[in-house]
Amino acid sequence: MSSLRDFIDKVKPQFEEGGKYSKLRSTFGAFETFLFAPNTVNKGGVHVRDAVDLKRTISCVILALIPALLFGIYNTGYQHFRMLGQLDTVSFGDIVLEGIIAVFPILVVSYVVGLGIEFAVAQMRGHEVNEGFLATGMIIPMVMPADVPLWLVAVATAFAVIFGKEVFGGTGMNIWNPALVARAFLFFAYPTKMSGDQVWYYGFDAAKEAGQVADGFSGATALALNGQGDASIFNFYNEFIGLIPGSIGETSALCCLIGAVILLLTGVASWKTMFSVFVGGALMGYVFNLTGACEICWCEQLVIGGFAFGAVFMATDPVTSCRTEKGKYIYGFLIGAMAVIIRVLNPGYPEGMMLAILLMNTFAPVIDYCFVQANISRRKNRVKNNK
Amino acid sequence: MALKDKDVFVGPLTLNNPVTVQVLGICSALAVTAQLVPALVMGLSVTIITALSNVVISLLRKGIPNRIRIIVQLVVVASMVTIVSEVLKAFAYDVAMTLSVYIGLIITNCILMGRLEAFAMQNSPWQSFLDGVGNGLGYAKILVIVAFFRELLGSGKLLGFQVIPDCVYEWGYANNGLMLMPPMALIIVACIIWYERAHNKDLQEK
Repeated sequence: MSSLRDFIDKVKPQFEEGGKYSKLRSTFGAFETFLFAPNTVNKGGVHVRDAVDLKRTISCVILALIPALLFGIYNTGYQHFRMLGQLDTVSFGDIVLEGIIAVFPILVVSYVVGLGIEFAVAQMRGHEVNEGFLATGMIIPMVMPADVPLWLVAVATAFAVIFGKEVFGGTGMNIWNPALVARAFLFFAYPTKMSGDQVWYYGFDAAKEAGQVADGFSGATALALNGQGDASIFNFYNEFIGLIPGSIGETSALCCLIGAVILLLTGVASWKTMFSVFVGGALMGYVFNLTGACEICWCEQLVIGGFAFGAVFMATDPVTSCRTEKGKYIYGFLIGAMAVIIRVLNPGYPEGMMLAILLMNTFAPVIDYCFVQANISRRKNRVKNNK
Repeated sequence: MALKDKDVFVGPLTLNNPVTVQVLGICSALAVTAQLVPALVMGLSVTIITALSNVVISLLRKGIPNRIRIIVQLVVVASMVTIVSEVLKAFAYDVAMTLSVYIGLIITNCILMGRLEAFAMQNSPWQSFLDGVGNGLGYAKILVIVAFFRELLGSGKLLGFQVIPDCVYEWGYANNGLMLMPPMALIIVACIIWYERAHNKDLQEK
């Protein structure tokens, strides 16, 4: 450890003002603070003292994502062998290995492209590199289908970082959740690679050409089947645990709940948003089930597709969600309700969660504005009446 | 009038571009730029109509009563648009069908009304003609750039001919469907504005 510290101290002067590599100052700063906690403190008067900074917040999010990612890796391998009809013959190790082979490249591409752009932009602007992308870069692979081509991941990540984030001013200034911008971009630009029955299985095309796909295999997701699927796969237990086809990280409601507990205990996410998303989804699911518009029961709506993942990790994104406390209830409720409405009423978009969150991201400032204005006028009235 | 003929003509092509600097005529720029051919025809039509109606209004400018000038301008533009629309239907029927209502909607194109009000009403016919051609070409320039990227990335073609070879598709490349939808045109226009502002000090706000 101390030799690393010595090395950094030795090369540091070259990166400071007037040094040989002073242009790469922000890159150096990013690596230094990534390796060691900075020893600089505020010199002026500060009023709020809190140990939680952006780095710690992002670390909590990454910690909370890990169970879902690990399960996603297992499930990718599991679905791959289910497609091949070999589930009975392969071991746990084979499944995990296959999952790692499928997921790891996507993760690497997302991080390399995204961080590359972040570093380049920080250099150009002379800013410090922000940690925000560390969480986004992990969420992007988790909302992709397992069989997505790597160049598409690169294109989508670049689009999301440049047009979803940097043009607005970087971390903390974006209107929409960057990971969802990446997914929405691919969803509309390359629909055949992002939806359908085959994209959820790693290596589907190759297996099909070799004639290895199991007899009678159907790849449709629970949402595409609209509650009509094979009950041995699409039962509530499997959907809750997550052994169903879907995007890499989102299938397991259980792992999302573990993530939710971590986020709530550390105070990173707001329980109000999370809770009201589930309430909104459950209520709309109940109404649709009651009227017969949809055969999926309300409790199933909450565990299939990306509902739980979106509710826990994306709706609660503090940058793009509502800031006012009362606004969070409305924001969350409308996300849940819209997601189920889109799922049920528009067969072209089986996954409504992405569109619902992006839509409500757009309206979050309006909701905030209404509550702030209401508060201002209430206090004004109070002053007037007390006179 | 101290305006030089050259400035009148070149201004709209560069520092005073109607689309990227004045941000006019965006709606048609989004609607007709999915392919290069309609974009070219649209740009050409707007150039001809702007130039000719600029000349007509400039000739009439001393006789037009101020209170009904907009109506007079509309009548002139509408007749020009009708002529162009009929010519297109006669000689380029397919393109006319692709452009559909957007040829007719040139009547309401903000660039046209803007040039008539801001320029032709005060300047001589020759300068008005140059102004009209310049603004039309400035509009056409942006349309062609946007359509170039949209057709290339959206359908792998240029002017209707396939330019991305089949072997690239076999490697796994796919056309970007979003490019064929209007939102992507907006993003490309934004990128052009971004590029122009970054390279032109005159366009940057303090």
